[in-house]
Amino acid sequence: MSPAHLWLTNAAPSAFPRRPQYGIMGLVGRLPGGGLAKGLAVTLRTMTRRSVTRQYPEVQPDLPPRSRGVIALLEENCTVCMLCARECPDWCIYIDSHKETLPAEGGGRARTRNVLDRFAIDFALCMYCGICIEVCPFDALFWSPEFEYAEYDIAELTHEKQRLREWMWTVPPPQAHDPAAEPPKEIAAAEKAAARAARTSRNGPPATGAPTTGTPTTGPPAGESPSDSPGGGRP
Amino acid sequence: MPELLVIVLKLVLVAAAFAVLPLLVGQAEHKVMAHMQGRLGPMYAGGFHGWAQLVADGVKFAQKEDVVPAAADRRVFKLAPGVAIVPYLLVLVVVPVGPGGQVALDLGPGLFFALAVMGVGVIGAIMAGWASANKYALLGGMRVAAQLMSYELPMVFAAASVAMAAGTLSLGGIIEEWRWWWLPWQAIGAVVFFVAGLAELRRPPFDMPVADSEIIFGPYTEYGGLRFALFILAEYAGIVVLCALTAVLFLGGWKGPFLDTGLGWLWTLVKVFGLSFVVIWLRVSYPRMREDQLQKLAWKYLVPLSLVQLALTGVLKVAL
Repeated sequence: MSPAHLWLTNAAPSAFPRRPQYGIMGLVGRLPGGGLAKGLAVTLRTMTRRSVTRQYPEVQPDLPPRSRGVIALLEENCTVCMLCARECPDWCIYIDSHKETLPAEGGGRARTRNVLDRFAIDFALCMYCGICIEVCPFDALFWSPEFEYAEYDIAELTHEKQRLREWMWTVPPPQAHDPAAEPPKEIAAAEKAAARAARTSRNGPPATGAPTTGTPTTGPPAGESPSDSPGGGRP
Repeated sequence: MPELLVIVLKLVLVAAAFAVLPLLVGQAEHKVMAHMQGRLGPMYAGGFHGWAQLVADGVKFAQKEDVVPAAADRRVFKLAPGVAIVPYLLVLVVVPVGPGGQVALDLGPGLFFALAVMGVGVIGAIMAGWASANKYALLGGMRVAAQLMSYELPMVFAAASVAMAAGTLSLGGIIEEWRWWWLPWQAIGAVVFFVAGLAELRRPPFDMPVADSEIIFGPYTEYGGLRFALFILAEYAGIVVLCALTAVLFLGGWKGPFLDTGLGWLWTLVKVFGLSFVVIWLRVSYPRMREDQLQKLAWKYLVPLSLVQLALTGVLKVAL
């Protein structure tokens, strides 16, 4: 058969090896011109099925919880460490802050802390890479599936901390761990510490005044303190 | 005077059918094509499932500027849409929809008239392609001409086979003579007639003349606004006319298994819409044919097949 005849027959190009087909359509597909009938059958079958169109403005899309819609800021957790702004590949995060001096309690040197004045993300520049969320050491930035924040002016796409804070309400809770996965590090460390504490208390608490040779009885080892899970400080 | 009144009434009905049926087919194409592709199609215009989409399109077309290219042959350019659409209106005049004179004009050589006038519709596209002063339009016009040349022949052969079987050229007469066993007898002719008609209307998969991926929109490239709308309307009117002719010639027109004396026109409508669905179905299912494949289909398959049908009809006619 010459290649020019391919269009009228069901001979498949060699790039698509034919699968063996059974049933009525398999039989039809082997007849001369059967490919044409199969084409008609495909479109007719599709017509009888539900269409896949989502009617978005009327019906909200059911996005997966980890959708990268917008970046939300949990202002309370931010320490103005500037890591996010420095890691941002297109420099779309703006941070202003000032230092506040707290009078020391009971003398000594006065404490200072950073106060966040401005935290803004220019979503016209943002490329939704999520690096700022990755690098934030204090869990102040989160992905939110919220996506309806289009504006008529490109300048209005720079959203300030109030707006970013509001988006925190749309951040879904962290997903449950996989049942077969090993437990999170924080929980493992806490359990280990608890077990050690129980062991030492069973061996007998140290007598008051007696010299002790063991390790401190309570409290987890330094550096393994159970911290809040991500988003734990969230309202 | 009542006779004159009847004629006026019939012409008004034909005009109404000419205005409404193509829109119904167009809307059906929107929705059927969408659902065959897993979409919903128009959903907003008119509120309920986009029923007024084509009305909205018409309003939009009417608002557009009437542009004629500077280098175009102005008179031919402006005349072309009319030439494309009027023939289909004229064919509808002779198509019988029901028994007992339910036809605007009971023409003796009705079949001859219908085929001849339908061919004129294609001239409109050729005129458009020639007058636009655009290379893509000209290429499209040439393709239209080539398509008309190759597909008119099998179409006329297939129609001639029916005329031979019925022994008359009158469309009403053909339906009167029609019996159910003509379906298998004239099956080849029916397929050839329908496929050749699709090609003459330049419907996909025979839309090489307007292949938008290579020659923009063929002969209609330079058109916009109402003139463009007229060409599109001509295409859908052409679908209605082709389906009506196929129904009359090969499917028995107003005849049906029951109720065909009182409600014959309903049978005609059902057949026309059924065939229109097939036209849409074919468009969705098959990719566009290449120019050489198109010519090959006509000359190597349809013409011999229609000759076989003619021979079959002749032999059976003599034997019976």
